[in-house]
Amino acid sequence: MLSRFFYSLREANIPVSLKEYLTLLEALKAGLADYSVESFYYLSRSTLVKDERNLDKFDRVFGATFEGLETPFDTDDSLVAEIPEEWLRALGEKFLTEEEKSAIEALGGFEKLMETLKQRLAEQKEEHHGGSKLIGTGGTSPFGAYGYNPEGIRIGQDKSRHRRAVKVWDKREFRNFDDSVSLGTRNIQVALRRLRRWARQGAANQLDLPGTIAATARNGGSLDLHMVAERHNAIKVLLLLDVGGSMDDHILACEQLFSAARSEFKYLEQYYFHNCPYEGLWKDNRRRDSRVDTWHVLHTYGADYKLVFVGDASMSPYEIAEVGGGVEMYNPEAGQVWIKRFLAAYPHAVWLNPLDERYWPHTHSIGMIDRLMDKRMFPLTLSGLDSAMRELMR
Amino acid sequence: MFKGTQSYIATQDLQVAVNAALTLQRPLLIKGEPGTGKTVLAFELAKALDRPLIQWHIKSTTKAQQGLYEYDAVSRLRDSQLGDARVHDISNYIVRGKLWEAFVTEPTPILLIDEIDKADIEFPNDLLLELDRMEFHVYETREVIKAKVRPLVLITSNNEKDLPDAFLRRCFFHYIRFPDPDTMVQIVGAHFPNLKHDLLREALTTFYALREVPGLKKKPSTSELLDWLKLLVAEDLSPEVLRSKDNKITIPPMAGALLKNEQDMHLFERLAFMARRGS
Repeated sequence: MLSRFFYSLREANIPVSLKEYLTLLEALKAGLADYSVESFYYLSRSTLVKDERNLDKFDRVFGATFEGLETPFDTDDSLVAEIPEEWLRALGEKFLTEEEKSAIEALGGFEKLMETLKQRLAEQKEEHHGGSKLIGTGGTSPFGAYGYNPEGIRIGQDKSRHRRAVKVWDKREFRNFDDSVSLGTRNIQVALRRLRRWARQGAANQLDLPGTIAATARNGGSLDLHMVAERHNAIKVLLLLDVGGSMDDHILACEQLFSAARSEFKYLEQYYFHNCPYEGLWKDNRRRDSRVDTWHVLHTYGADYKLVFVGDASMSPYEIAEVGGGVEMYNPEAGQVWIKRFLAAYPHAVWLNPLDERYWPHTHSIGMIDRLMDKRMFPLTLSGLDSAMRELMR
Repeated sequence: MFKGTQSYIATQDLQVAVNAALTLQRPLLIKGEPGTGKTVLAFELAKALDRPLIQWHIKSTTKAQQGLYEYDAVSRLRDSQLGDARVHDISNYIVRGKLWEAFVTEPTPILLIDEIDKADIEFPNDLLLELDRMEFHVYETREVIKAKVRPLVLITSNNEKDLPDAFLRRCFFHYIRFPDPDTMVQIVGAHFPNLKHDLLREALTTFYALREVPGLKKKPSTSELLDWLKLLVAEDLSPEVLRSKDNKITIPPMAGALLKNEQDMHLFERLAFMARRGS
């Protein structure tokens, strides 16, 4: 049971290891789960998840694992094998009434109880066929999953507590921290950190004081200067942002990315375009008269600049492929020619797309740009940003 | 078992995490928005369990070795120049770090490693073995310092840097979520038992509305709410002052306690202005 939960977590890309699994078992053995589903949920969450970005995934897996197991009664052998007997005994002690306890005695002790439970549960099932009230809600409980849910067989667990427990993970309060969700106000700091890791690898020269002292000592006292690489941001970024039209929906995300990049990179140059870059770009989004010749941009910034396009790439295919396809003015050369020129000038380039990755296949032009970019289009999410940065550093 | 204290309301998930860490003697890593009571937890825990608290506040320059011990070579050099007899025993110049203290203090203390993400990225890795085995070797005196009873180690992080996986695997983890209104009423009740009910209700409404304002750089948190309430109580304001007229946004009194940067203040004033003009 638990091992299945464990593997489901791994399948959901939550990095749980054997060590954590063993810790959880140890904690259960120490009685920390308190025989209530809610405590078990909290305990396993605290043991297995180490990053708030994975909490939402965990909630989903927890819900799925302990819900989809309503009817494993034909496998009661494994049931007996997997639940430690002490658990059941303690559970029974906790929830059984006095009459029921004596009834158990009368039935011939604990082993018999299992059968009775099975029987009772079957009765319940007939009465409330398909009802969600009994086993459905209780299905998320490890006991319920085994047909041992006190609620389902009415051995007296207090109901409201149970229902609240179900809600705890069904509420999915940690959805915001999941990194496949687009950048939000609060996630921007985390994004900044990703960019920082990327930027910390520049190289410059600085006096290495301890190294110099050590070398001087080894040198018998005559000065031997040593230099060391400085941890300063030597990365240069050329940022090209799509503005207007369909990009209006993504203004917030782009602004956040931009302000993060601004504070992070010493050498950041940004230009704006609309839908697809052509022969002219703008330096200032509000002043379209600040137009700069694209050739000028290509010639000004060297190949050591990393090129980052930001745009949803959603446009008419003509805007990419045809001469004169541009929406705003007549373009003597097709958009793809310009994109190819950019890619030739800047070997390290990515395209960040604020549009949800799931919708990409529905728009033809996104596929065209992606092919032009050689599959270097990434969604503007934390994980997308991370892969994009890795791509740029290659 | 830890159940929260009079002045600290612990939600059930926090209690489970703390008790798991206590029982299994593993470190507990606490994350959460600033101002949700990560550091305060250690103080309250020490009080509730009646154990001494050893605090180790991490800065960007802190090295893992400083938590174990430092060898004060300069003092020894000076003493040798002065012919001090102490100079012959190297252990006189071993300065104990916080971790060492935590290992030998009786009764078993609680060790708070505050804001571990401030330190260098290698810092947590350097403490792996020490926190796992609760022992380390003092090279200069060739002795092994070992904790008789493992202290409870609380680690807080503000998420400025990723922590290494190997380190995380050894900890329990708890993310302190921003409290929901019900919990918040309890928290406020713990701090201001005599607060007028009306005032509390109005203040919380204003507070949660403020957190909902889109585009705030720093949302006000629990500690800011408590500060703000303190001011409200000190000024003896009536609940009517807080009540917004016709559900329009108004700037609450003493807003400076809630909004800590000028862009946020500015944004809020503009919203309030627009709301007034629209009426």
